[in-house]
Amino acid sequence: MDKHSLLVRLFYNDRGGSLLLGLLGVAIVLVPLLNLVVPEGSALHLSTYTVTLLGKYLTYALLALALDLVWGYCGILSLGHGAFFALGGYAMGMYLMRQIGERGVYGNADLPDFMVFLNWQELPWYWLGFDMFWFAMLMVVLVPGILAFVFGWLAFRSRVTGVYLSIMTQALTFALMLAFFRNEMGFGGNNGLTDFKDILGFDLQSDATRAGLFVASALALALGYLLCRYIVDSKFGRVVVAIRDAESRARFIGYRVERFKLGVFVISAVLAGIAGALYVPQVGIINPGEFSPLNSIEMVIWVAVGGRGTLYGAVMGALIVNYGKTYLTGALPEVWLFALGALFVLVTLFLPRGIVGLLNRKRAEA
Amino acid sequence: MKTIVKPRKLSLVLAATLFVGSTLAQAAETIKVGVLHSLSGTMAISETTLKDTVLMLVDEQNKKGGLLGKQLEAVVVDPASNWPLFAEKARELIAKEKVAVTFGCWTSVSRKSALPVFEELNGLLFYPVQYEGEESSKNVFYTGAAPNQQAIPAVDYLMNDLSVKRWVLAGTDYVYPRTTNKILEAYLKAKGVAPEDIMINYTPFGHSDWQSIVSDIKKFGSAGKKTAVVSTINGDANVPFYKELGNQGISAESIPVVAFSVGEEELSGIDTKPLVGHLAAWNYFMSVDAPANDAFIKQWQTFIKNPKRVTNDPMEAHVIGFNMWVKAVEKAGTTDTDAVEKAMIGLEVPNMTGGIAKMLPNHHLTKPVLIGEIQEDGQFEVVWKTDGLVPGDAWSDYLEGSKDIEADWVTLKCGNYNTKTKKCSGQNYE
Amino acid sequence: MDPHQYIAERHAWRRYWPTLAILWSLIAAVSLWSASAYSIEEVDAAASASDIKIESLAVPAAATALAESESVSESAPAAPLDFSAAVQALNAANFSAKEQAINTLAALGDERTRAVLRALADGNLQYRKSDDKVVIVTEAADGYRLTDPLTDSDLGNVDKRDVKKISINNQLRIVLREAIARLSLSSQRVDVRLTAVEELTGNLDEAGVALLESARINESDEDVIAAMDTALALPKLTAGDSAVQLQAIEDLQGSLLPVVRNQLTALADSSTADTAVRAAATRAIAGIQGELQFYALTETIFFGLSLGSVLLLAGIGLAITFGVMGVINMAHGELIMLGAYTTYLVQQAMPQYLEYSMLVAVPAAFLVSGLFGIAIERGVIRFLYGRPLETLLATFGISLVLQQLVRTAISAQNVTVANPDWMSGSWQINAALSLTYNRLYIVIFTLVIFGALLLLLKKSSLGLHVRAVAQNRPMARAMGIRTEWVDALTFGLGSGIAGVAGVALSQLTNVGPNMGQSYIIDSFMVVVFGGVGNLWGTLVGAFSLGVANKFLEPYSGAVLAKILVLVFIILFIQKRPRGLFPQQGRGAEN
Repeated sequence: MDKHSLLVRLFYNDRGGSLLLGLLGVAIVLVPLLNLVVPEGSALHLSTYTVTLLGKYLTYALLALALDLVWGYCGILSLGHGAFFALGGYAMGMYLMRQIGERGVYGNADLPDFMVFLNWQELPWYWLGFDMFWFAMLMVVLVPGILAFVFGWLAFRSRVTGVYLSIMTQALTFALMLAFFRNEMGFGGNNGLTDFKDILGFDLQSDATRAGLFVASALALALGYLLCRYIVDSKFGRVVVAIRDAESRARFIGYRVERFKLGVFVISAVLAGIAGALYVPQVGIINPGEFSPLNSIEMVIWVAVGGRGTLYGAVMGALIVNYGKTYLTGALPEVWLFALGALFVLVTLFLPRGIVGLLNRKRAEA
Repeated sequence: MKTIVKPRKLSLVLAATLFVGSTLAQAAETIKVGVLHSLSGTMAISETTLKDTVLMLVDEQNKKGGLLGKQLEAVVVDPASNWPLFAEKARELIAKEKVAVTFGCWTSVSRKSALPVFEELNGLLFYPVQYEGEESSKNVFYTGAAPNQQAIPAVDYLMNDLSVKRWVLAGTDYVYPRTTNKILEAYLKAKGVAPEDIMINYTPFGHSDWQSIVSDIKKFGSAGKKTAVVSTINGDANVPFYKELGNQGISAESIPVVAFSVGEEELSGIDTKPLVGHLAAWNYFMSVDAPANDAFIKQWQTFIKNPKRVTNDPMEAHVIGFNMWVKAVEKAGTTDTDAVEKAMIGLEVPNMTGGIAKMLPNHHLTKPVLIGEIQEDGQFEVVWKTDGLVPGDAWSDYLEGSKDIEADWVTLKCGNYNTKTKKCSGQNYE
Repeated sequence: MDPHQYIAERHAWRRYWPTLAILWSLIAAVSLWSASAYSIEEVDAAASASDIKIESLAVPAAATALAESESVSESAPAAPLDFSAAVQALNAANFSAKEQAINTLAALGDERTRAVLRALADGNLQYRKSDDKVVIVTEAADGYRLTDPLTDSDLGNVDKRDVKKISINNQLRIVLREAIARLSLSSQRVDVRLTAVEELTGNLDEAGVALLESARINESDEDVIAAMDTALALPKLTAGDSAVQLQAIEDLQGSLLPVVRNQLTALADSSTADTAVRAAATRAIAGIQGELQFYALTETIFFGLSLGSVLLLAGIGLAITFGVMGVINMAHGELIMLGAYTTYLVQQAMPQYLEYSMLVAVPAAFLVSGLFGIAIERGVIRFLYGRPLETLLATFGISLVLQQLVRTAISAQNVTVANPDWMSGSWQINAALSLTYNRLYIVIFTLVIFGALLLLLKKSSLGLHVRAVAQNRPMARAMGIRTEWVDALTFGLGSGIAGVAGVALSQLTNVGPNMGQSYIIDSFMVVVFGGVGNLWGTLVGAFSLGVANKFLEPYSGAVLAKILVLVFIILFIQKRPRGLFPQQGRGAEN
């Protein structure tokens, strides 16, 4: 089967996905163009602020996509996906920290500022190698992947399911948050990693780099979407859905349920890690706050608002909720939490299938 | 892909989501003042007061006829105690709202997060909270205390006036307490305190179960030498800490606690009866008897419509910072960042305790250091103060890495100049 | 509406009244019990008030004794002031002059001294702004009532602004405490004398020894005598004579006072002392250390139980809403917060009855949080049964709204919740062990709440219905149970308990909009660890996690201890996916 026909097959029944990819394609071309080429005074000019914001939204969208894969298709509600996201982010942050070199506050070429400050004499072993981009990228994938593998292997094998699993993932991210808060851990404590200068030699402050990161995020989201769509359309994906709908039955038929779950969980964690790695250079800081259980719950809400089990719904939910947050924290700083809280309640009550469900229903009625 | 039929509604939603961020040209009839303080999340407790302070100052300035013939307009955003959001909101304020100046941040991490944005977009930030130093940015004015304006004088007081011989350095595990305690440890050792007479303890943010630690402090203090606790415990964790102290019977006479992060605002959430006599070191106390202070308190309580609301040190810092900025803009005749930055240095405005605050070339202020004892009514009674004003020192003389570093934005034009290597490092701009 | 249905509905309500009444009376009983604890204290306070009067009569004799025994003239300052001048001198500009005045007063031995010093220490010694006269103030309805410290005569009432407090600092407080202690040795009350002796222990100069020895002769209370002996033995440790020293070590055997331990250690390490003396001191220290270790262990266990009771309080409401009903209530923490805010509001509403505020706050918080809970159940959760993960999302939204509601309606700042006097301070068992009252009461309170809840679920008709609905909803409905009402009441009950927990927690920690968030994760951990749907599991889980945490803390620090406990729970759940005490039976499979 050649690539072309695979794509066609993937999108045969996926209008939302096709639209999403189409829009992403347009954005990849248009956003850098409007930002870099169109002069600043023009009405069509897109400010760097907007570009960075959109780039951040796209990484959130990728994270939501990853969450939808496990929750929407496998029925595993992870309340700890923020942990994988943050670990990917930390791996990237460590690379960016090493790139600062002697441009740091204390001018130490080997040690990041906070280590100089804590009187550390040499780089701890787990920081070695992070000066190389390929190694850092490997870690972006491996660290969340391995954590997900170990956690999933333990949990799925002993058949921890449903609410229990959700709460355990929450405990996982909470424990990691407390650990990363400790200065002794060597990850910068509460302040985390910040003050990045450049990535692969490109100045992080320049508009071109920001546009580049936006394009990278858009591409990652597109590829992530293709991967997820491919997985859910494959036989593997169908078994996964079967497990979601009737786990015992799938097991009795002879599928090794825990292996399928583990596979989906690890893939999802890796995607979350990649999202984190793209997030960090765009926002310029990674700190233990990202591990906060509340963040992880919020991610679940993006997916719920968009509509789970549709992939593009998750992307849409992430974009809409985050845009809403950005808009409301600026426009209604005093009362935006009322609006956000009410949104969550209303969506769960009246839109159990999310916005996608609403749109589909409207279309069905029309 | 000919099978694709565009669902129009979906495309509208997505398009709106992706493109509503684009900016619209703003008419520049007013001078915009950005307020970057958390109004929700964990830091809202402390930061909402500062937002209100800035709103009050803007209001007052407008009543006086504005600035450069224009009205001031406060732009309030909520970074929601989320550190990356501080950077994003700072960008929104500078790039989208085009504010002339921003008053904001409380925690060091929020400042560190927003700092690159201010430097990149050449904005102006006034940071009003006491902090760990080790920083001096061209785009930031530090109106709170540097460590030498709070910690060292307080320890001197304990050592000389209360003849304390044994020290507990207790703090929340983040960079401000870590730096302060490092400086103090070096300072105490230089004064001949033995290492076994120093106990250092770190706890996480919002720590609420202090039983064991307070009991340890009690044991540490029962060794027959006069003991004191130097507390850099942050915000929320103080209430259970002081409650536990009071209940376990540690009175100010036996083991005094001197705090650097507990002000009137924090005390207003605590029942202060058991705490009478414990100390705090600040550059401002609400109880200070000075005409400027009385006027300020009255103005604040009228503005906030609550005759019981307290004032505190970071609020004073914002008042000083705001007044200086107004003066600097008037002097420069423009709100342009570079011009205002130049005009700021050397400016003098009265502080609220009857003295004069002067902006130094390292972007820090001169401040008096006051030590107060907690009273039953939640106020502090000043028991000691420095003779004159202490100039803020960005780079501590007691830390290995930073004692050779100097900040000077007039002659050296550098916030991080190493006097040994003669190099200016850590700058993001030319 | 069909009249029959209507009547049935009303009837359904009526059926639960006995249950609610039982619950109410239990809460009232708890509150009354705490109030009775208070009333004992109150008698004490009254006694102390009258003590002052009794004492002012009794003091002259003692004061003359003091003057005789001490032969004051030696220590008197160069220019002896009379009493009224010394009192006026307390209002000096600087602290060292005030200290001098205090010393003068103490040395003068006037019978009025103690009242003056006491007033100074308590901040009741003030001066009149009009003429700088030093006066003693007492709270009056519209300001202060002034008393002349020299003549004890009433100087009338004034506005609070007309007088200003004579400020003191820590140094002065120390001096004052010692001076007052010396003057209190002849008090009528045993506890005052005991405190005075304890205060003087370790700070005795020769005059002090003489004073104490003379007081020892007239002392009748055994505890005070023992304390005096310890105090008197201490200076002997440093005497030159080794026989005296050995006798002193003998006398000090078994004393747990830190000062005794320090001086014995100094003696054991001293190079000048006799070998036999040093050996005896070392032995005495070893004995003391052994006892101290025992008490330290006891203390750690108490700390653990106390932490456990906080966890239990936070978790117990959730054990009902989550454990019994299967609702993942992320707004649980906010219901705790509402309870704490109710305490605050109750205290604001009755500022003069602070001591009774808990009595009102407990039922009020139960009602407020319970009603909020019922509203949440009726408004949102009932549409989501069978979709537990979605209740999580909706209740998370509710929690955000509740937080912001408190911020908007009350304040974004933390609010002060005062500790009533009976919940302040600590129960001093001996010099090495003291248990803080607030935590002690909260441990007991938690157990009472737990017992009441258990009783309610096991013995009442509501409890029966709750369990029936939890186990088999369709069958319960078929048996004529109005499951909707049971759901609402169960959720209200769990929420109400969360509110009651908030009252207790307000005595330990911050009351602010964010307080709920700090408990939500802990409470889920406790419920899951103990076993969902099992109250006993929650109890055992909470206390064992609390104690484990406190035993780990000295070795690992507070944060690492918490991380280790979390990792332990994660691993434990892999081993026993249904918690410590899994629910048995068919219901457990869903």
